[in-house]
Parts: sequence; C-alpha cells; structure tokens
Amino acid sequence: MESRGHPNRLGIRGWVGGGRWGFERYLYTLHRVTGLGLLAYFVLHIFVTSSRALGPEAWDQAMGVVSGPLFMIGEYLVFAAFAFHAVNGIRLAIIELGYAVGRPIEPVYPYATSVGRQRRLARAALMIAAVVALWGGLDFFVLA
Amino acid sequence: MRDRTLWTWHIGAGVVILVLLGLHMAIMHLDQSLGIFGTPGAEPVEWESVVARAGSLFFTVTYVLLLGAALYHGFYGLRNILLELNPGPGIRRLVNVGLTVIGLGLFAFGTWAALAAPGAASMAMGG
Repeated sequence: MESRGHPNRLGIRGWVGGGRWGFERYLYTLHRVTGLGLLAYFVLHIFVTSSRALGPEAWDQAMGVVSGPLFMIGEYLVFAAFAFHAVNGIRLAIIELGYAVGRPIEPVYPYATSVGRQRRLARAALMIAAVVALWGGLDFFVLA
Repeated sequence: MRDRTLWTWHIGAGVVILVLLGLHMAIMHLDQSLGIFGTPGAEPVEWESVVARAGSLFFTVTYVLLLGAALYHGFYGLRNILLELNPGPGIRRLVNVGLTVIGLGLFAFGTWAALAAPGAASMAMGG
C-alpha cells in the first residue's frame, strides 16, 4: 500500500517496536514474518513438486532430497506458520469488514476503545491457531 | 490498477487459499488423524498417491486455482511490504514489474507441471 505524504520513518525496525504498542501490533509483525516464510517455502515447493511432471524417478529423487528429520521439523514450522497466518487472516478480514470492533460511541470518559473490543477476537484467534498447530504436531510427530 | 482493487483481490485470494490450502494441509499433513484422501497403503507423498491425484480433474483444477491465488496473495503481500518502505519511482517500478514477471513465470511453470503430470504418470505405467 502506498503511504503518500506519510513517510515510513521506522521502516522494518517498526516491526519490532516503536512506541507503546498493543498486543495486536505484534500479531501484525508475526503475520508479516509468517507470510514471508510461507511465500519463500511456497516458491521452493512449486519447484520440488513440479518434478512429478518428469516421472516417478524424478519425483522419488526430489522427495529424497526433502526428507529426514530436519526437513520434517522445517515442514512442521511451515504448518504452524500456516495455522497462525490463516486464523489471524480471518481475524483481519473480520475487522476489515467492520465486525467485532464495537459500535461507534460518544467519546465520554471513561473512554471505551475499539482495541478493547477487538482483543477478545485476537485472543480467540491465537487460541484457535494454537489448537490447529498442536493438532498438526500430533499428526506430524506422534501419529506418523 | 488502483490499489483498492488489488487489495480487494488480495482478500478474495485469501479466502480461496483458506479453503484450498486448508484442504491441501488436511490431505497432506493431517492424513493420520483425518484420512480425507486415502490411497490404500500409500502415504500422500508417495508416487502412487501423486498419480491418483494427478489423474483427477478436481485436483488438477484446484491445484491451478490454488497456485494462482497463492502466488497473487503472496507477491501482493511482498509488494506491500516493499512499497511501504517508500522506495523511489525507479525501484517502485522495478518491484511492480519484477514481482509481476516472477509471479506469472511461476504460475506458468506450476500450471505446466499440473497439466503434464497425468501424461508422465501414464508414460511411467507404459501407457
């Protein structure tokens, strides 16, 4: 998104801090970090899985390269990043559409803020993401 | 194109990814607990399962749809991150053109793989 007339002074440093930011600001950072990680994995994934178009030998060779415990842990991290990015993405879409932010009210003391209304949704999103990530962990490491 | 339109597509692509990648993850990684797509006796990443999916129209169509939606969503997200750093007009143009070209190239490559896989499978079986 363009930021015409509003110079982004903090740049990338702004992802980790820059003021008395709330909990949701760190979800923003995590959303970006997981998004970049998922994109990097996805580009590699396209190349690795495309080997199926060259037949079973090429496929088995590609799968041989990406097997072993280190890749399994890496794949699980991708799964956990997916769980967070997906559930947090649903939260962002809900807020973008104007839900779960509370009704507009007169600014009368004691001030109620929209962030206070949103927090329950953020907590719920994190809990659901954690459940999905744990479920994945169970499937990856215990049931496999 | 206006950023507002591109942003709306970004959210729309997110919804498509949510459904299709959710399905992909459930099939590939929650196979032990769900078993949604089962090729008897074969893991989801074994060649036998790959062939079974490659021969299915549903999987071929959804692979290409997921590929396009995920590439758009990912590269538009990366573009947002880069343009937020306020680069000059030259770099801005490079980011716009570069990410579009890379994204379209990867889409073409991935689509070729999805369409060529059934042929590779039947050739391997001597058909």
